[in-house]
Amino acid sequence: MTLLSILDIGLAAIVLGVAAWTVLARDTFGAVVGYVAYGLLVSIVWVRLYAPDVALTEAAIGSGVTGVLLITAATRLSGNRTEADRGLSIKVPAALLSLLVTATLAAAVLLLPDNAPSLAPAADQGLAATGLGNPVTAVLIAYRSFDTMLEKIVLVLAVVGVWSVAPDRFWGGAPAPLGRPAPQGDLVLLAKALTPIGILVGLHMFWVGADEPGGAFQSGAILAAMWIVVMMARMAGPPRINARWLRLTLVAGPAVFLAVGLAGPRMAGAFFAYPVSVAKPIIIVIEAFMVLTIAATLPMLVAGPPSRKSAP
Amino acid sequence: MNPAALSGLVGAGLVGLGLYSLIVNPQPLRKLLAFNLIGSGVFLVFGIVARRGAVGPFPFDPVPQAMVITGIVVAFAASALAVALMLRLSEEAGRVTLDPDAWTKPDEGAKDP
Repeated sequence: MTLLSILDIGLAAIVLGVAAWTVLARDTFGAVVGYVAYGLLVSIVWVRLYAPDVALTEAAIGSGVTGVLLITAATRLSGNRTEADRGLSIKVPAALLSLLVTATLAAAVLLLPDNAPSLAPAADQGLAATGLGNPVTAVLIAYRSFDTMLEKIVLVLAVVGVWSVAPDRFWGGAPAPLGRPAPQGDLVLLAKALTPIGILVGLHMFWVGADEPGGAFQSGAILAAMWIVVMMARMAGPPRINARWLRLTLVAGPAVFLAVGLAGPRMAGAFFAYPVSVAKPIIIVIEAFMVLTIAATLPMLVAGPPSRKSAP
Repeated sequence: MNPAALSGLVGAGLVGLGLYSLIVNPQPLRKLLAFNLIGSGVFLVFGIVARRGAVGPFPFDPVPQAMVITGIVVAFAASALAVALMLRLSEEAGRVTLDPDAWTKPDEGAKDP
């Protein structure tokens, strides 16, 4: 057994162990903190699966931004009464059912056919026409661009859904500030020191995403994280939800994407097709607006519905 | 066993753990965590499909990977919506429960509408 396979088995055991902790922990806050650690560990598994793009997304969104969302929720809900635990009459059948599902999935994983179907050759063939070097970015922005555009719309709809939970009297106001009323000095220092670096890293990741791991999602998530850090340090409050710049930023990504898609039949002869000669500039423009939208959407989803009256 | 199959087994284990938690943990926030565990287990199983599709110049099939990236973002959006609903329910009623009896029984603690 090689060292690497021992490390792999260790990693698998730790991932399952931390996941089991989030399931079994008595304290909800502890479970949520466990989930954040779990997300970071899973991103290492993704690296081992040769999926650095997914690993970056998982670390930034699946662990980081989701972590802030869940920790905030656990803190705000902590005053609630905890409910009685389920009895064994539910636990035992639930455990059996879960074991059965796991065993079926495990069997399916082990019995997968040897000649796996793959779209990799097709993805490679079209790569030259897009001017990109990273096939995952090419799938997201070129081959399956319609999906990605709709997914941006899902994000905007989620923001609308979160906002619509607010009581009528707060409509148009700002969400409650994140973090503690008087943030500690180290958080403020972190926000001041990290934000400029984080913005640079985010922009870099957007730019290299064309050829290297990275891209609009990862870049947008890092920029979003920087905004969240600034809001948690109370250096800037969440904006009013009726601010025009905010609303324009939220819809800019899908709007530009859709406009390019609708121009496709005229420019290149098909819906969501790009003319080969300018494919890369077009893709970069779409990605730039997507970054903007993701960087604004994620913090607004974390901040939650408006909870204060709109300024007169 | 190769690392891809091992990750697939981890994914299968995560789906089971998440399903168990979804059934037995009564608090909605814990159910949301469980839902995310199931999701990430499914993503991992999908990840080994991507790894096994390594044909040609790439050590992976980029199409499933791109779908997982989209999936992670959509799962976050759904979680944020669920958290917003939970917090609002807690604000209105002073508690968050999925127990149907709790809302019809005239009992302690809950505020009158």
